[in-house]
Amino acid sequence: MTEEHKRTVVIPGETIKEGDAYLPGEGTEKQGNKIVALRYGLAEEHNRLVKVIPLSGVYQPRRGNIVIGKCNLITFNGWVIDIGTAENAFLPIMETPRYVAKDRLDEVMKIGDICVVQIFSVNGRGIDLTMKARGLGRIDEGIVFRINSNKVPRVIGKEGSMIKIIRDYTNCNITVGQNGYIWIKGDKIEDELFAKKAIMFITEKSFMEGLTEKVEEWFKENGGVKKETKKTEEKSGDKEED
Amino acid sequence: MGGEEIDITTKVTAERIKKYLEQGKRFDGRKTDEFRNIIVEPNVSNKAEGSVKVKVGKTEVIVGVKMETATPYPDSPNKGNLMVTAEFLPLSSSRIELGPPKFDSIETGRIIDRIIRESKFIELEKLCIKEGEKVWTVFIDIYTINDDGNILDAAGIGAVAALKLAKIPKYDEEKEKVDYKEYIGKLPLREMNPFTITVHKIGKHLIVDPTREEEDVSEARISIGSSEGIIHSLQKGNSGCFSAEEIKKCFEIVEKSWKELFKKVNAQLK
Amino acid sequence: MTSSFKRPDGRKVDELREFEAKVGIVPNADGSAMYRSGETIAIAAVYGPKKMHPQHSQNPEKGTLRCTYNMNSFSVSERIRPGPSRRSTEISKITEWALEPVLMLDKFQNMVVDVHINIIQADAGTRCAGINAAAMALAHAGIPMKDMVSSVSVGKLDKTIVVDLSKEEEDYEEGEGPTDIPISMTHSGDITHFQLDGKIDSKQLMEAVELAKKSCEQIYEVQKKALKDSIDLTGGED
Repeated sequence: MTEEHKRTVVIPGETIKEGDAYLPGEGTEKQGNKIVALRYGLAEEHNRLVKVIPLSGVYQPRRGNIVIGKCNLITFNGWVIDIGTAENAFLPIMETPRYVAKDRLDEVMKIGDICVVQIFSVNGRGIDLTMKARGLGRIDEGIVFRINSNKVPRVIGKEGSMIKIIRDYTNCNITVGQNGYIWIKGDKIEDELFAKKAIMFITEKSFMEGLTEKVEEWFKENGGVKKETKKTEEKSGDKEED
Repeated sequence: MGGEEIDITTKVTAERIKKYLEQGKRFDGRKTDEFRNIIVEPNVSNKAEGSVKVKVGKTEVIVGVKMETATPYPDSPNKGNLMVTAEFLPLSSSRIELGPPKFDSIETGRIIDRIIRESKFIELEKLCIKEGEKVWTVFIDIYTINDDGNILDAAGIGAVAALKLAKIPKYDEEKEKVDYKEYIGKLPLREMNPFTITVHKIGKHLIVDPTREEEDVSEARISIGSSEGIIHSLQKGNSGCFSAEEIKKCFEIVEKSWKELFKKVNAQLK
Repeated sequence: MTSSFKRPDGRKVDELREFEAKVGIVPNADGSAMYRSGETIAIAAVYGPKKMHPQHSQNPEKGTLRCTYNMNSFSVSERIRPGPSRRSTEISKITEWALEPVLMLDKFQNMVVDVHINIIQADAGTRCAGINAAAMALAHAGIPMKDMVSSVSVGKLDKTIVVDLSKEEEDYEEGEGPTDIPISMTHSGDITHFQLDGKIDSKQLMEAVELAKKSCEQIYEVQKKALKDSIDLTGGED
C-alpha cells in the first residue's frame, strides 16, 4: 500500500489535511484551508481527494442495491417490505417476474416472508423495489442474519473474491444484501453455520489489510476443505472493495 | 413499522434452528443443556451495599442491593422487607421501547422476588432494628445492559451474587439515620444458592440459556427457582404446553444446570 | 485566588479526577461508550437513525435527537426509585441541547436518533460524564457530526475556582459554600451547555469558563483516543 493510500482513523471535527491542495470528498468538509472529518471513520486520500470511509452507521438505500427484506404488509397492488431502513420499501405487483392476479398476492409472498429484492428507485415518497432479475425472489430455506452494513464490501471482497472463497470452502450459496442481511443456503446446516462463522470472522477483522489471505488461513485452521470451484451466480451487490 | 422489526428471527432461520435441534445441535455448537460462558464481576457500583455485573454470553445485566430502614409490615413486625425490581433499559436492545415498564421486566422482577423470598435465602428475621417499629428493607434492582437472550436467568444469578456480596450499613439510633459510609457486617444469608433456571421448549426439544434467536423461536418456557434440589418457585410462560413427561425432563435439566451454575458463579465470587 | 485552600482529595485546582473512556460496550447498540471520572461512571448507547414513533413527533425537516438520562437506583447512597424523575427529565433535555449543535441530522427527516445514558455509579458530575459518553457513542454510531463535545463541571469552593467536583466537594459548606457550574463545549470552543447553582461574580465566572475550556481539551484527547483505539488496523502498517 502506498503512502498516498494510507488510512487513518479520524473522529468528527478532526483536521485530516491542511493546505489548499486538497479537495473535500464524502464525509468531509473544507474549512479555510483544512479538510475536516464530518464523521467517524477511515480517512483516505487519493489524487488529492480526501474522504472518510464510514465504519458504522445505518444502511443508506441506493438505487441498484440488492437487499434482503421482510414482507410487512400486503396491499391491493403490491407488498410493503421492511429492508431495515426508516422508510418503508414497496414492491409493486408489476415488478414480479411472473403475472400475478390481484387476489393472489399472498401466493407470491405472505406477511413475514423473507425475500431478496433490488432497489430501483429512492425518492421522497419512499423506496421502490423490483424482483425482476436473476437471483431475486422469496427465500424459502436457509439461514438469514444481519451484519453491520458498512462491512458488506469486505464480505463481498474485490470483484467478489471474498465471497468466492467462502463458497469454495463451504459449498453454500450466499447472498449478501447491501443492507447487511445475509442469506446462506447449503446442503447441510453445518455448512451454512460454517459459512456464517467465516463471515463473522471477516466482520471482526474487517479493517485489517491482507484480509483475503487471513480468511484462507482461517478456513484451513478450522478444518475447511476447498471444494472444486463450481460456477455460481454472482448475486451479491454492486459495491466492491479490496 | 420501524427498522427493528426485521431483526426478529426470520421464519426460515427459525425452521433451521428447529431442524438442527432434531440432531440435538444448536447454532453456536452448545449442547441443549449447556449454558454460555458466564462471567461474574463483583462490586461494579460502590454506592450499592452489594453489586455485580453478570455476563452470560453476550447478555449482560447489572444487579445492585440497597438497604434502607422502614416500618415493618403488620403481619411480620420483627422481619425485614424485600423488594425486587427489574428495569429493561432501552439502552440494552432496539426492541425495548421508552416508557413505563412492560410485562417482561415486571415478570422478571416478580420471579426473582419469589425465589429469593420463598427460599428464605435472606435471614429477614435478623433484619429487625426495633420490633414493630423499624426494620431493614433489602432492595434488589436489576438493570439490563445488553439483551442477547435469557435475561431472566442472568438476573437470577446477579441477584444471588449481589446478595452474597452485600453488607449492612450502620444505623445510627440516636440520629435515626443510616450511615452508608460504615458497614457493620455481611447481610445474613442462609447457606444456599437459589438460582432460577429457565428451560425453553422448541418443537419437541428442551434447551437452557437460549440466545435471542432461540428465544424468538421458543414456544413455551418454564422457570424453576431451586437450591440444592429443592424447588422454591416456578413459572410456566408463553402459550405453548408441556407434557408431564417433559416437565420431569425439565427438572432433570435444571438440576444439572444448577450444579454447573453453582460451580461457575461461586468460583468468581471468591 | 486564595492559596490556603486544599481540595479534600489533594488535587490541584485545575486537576481532573483520574478518568478513562471506552467505546463499543453495548454490542446490540449502533454505537456505545463508557466515560468514567473518578468514581462517576456513565454509559451511553445510540440506536438509529430510525423511524420516529409516535408519528406526530416526526419532524419532516430533519432528524430528531432524543436523549434519556437515567440513574441506576443503587448508583448513590440513598436509593433512587427506578424510573424517570423531574431531575432526570431536565438532564435529558440539557443533554440534547448540549449535543444537537454538532449533529448533522438534516438528511434524516422523520427519523430519530436515540441516546440512552445510564449512570452506573455516581460521585458528582454525572450529567457531564453522561454527555461525554453520549458524544462518543454518537460518533461511534457513525452519526454525521461537525465536531465532538466534551463536558466538565467547574466549581467555586468558598472563593476558589476548581475543576471536576467530587460529591464531597459539592457538599462543601465553608465560607461562600459550593458553586457548581457544569459546562459543555465543542472542541472548537463553542459552549453548548451551561448551568450554575450557587453564588459567583461575572469575573470569576469567566475564569471558570476558561478553566472548563482547558479541561475539556484534556477530555477531548481521551475521547479521541478511545474512538481511535477501538479500530484494529494492525496486520498492515505495523
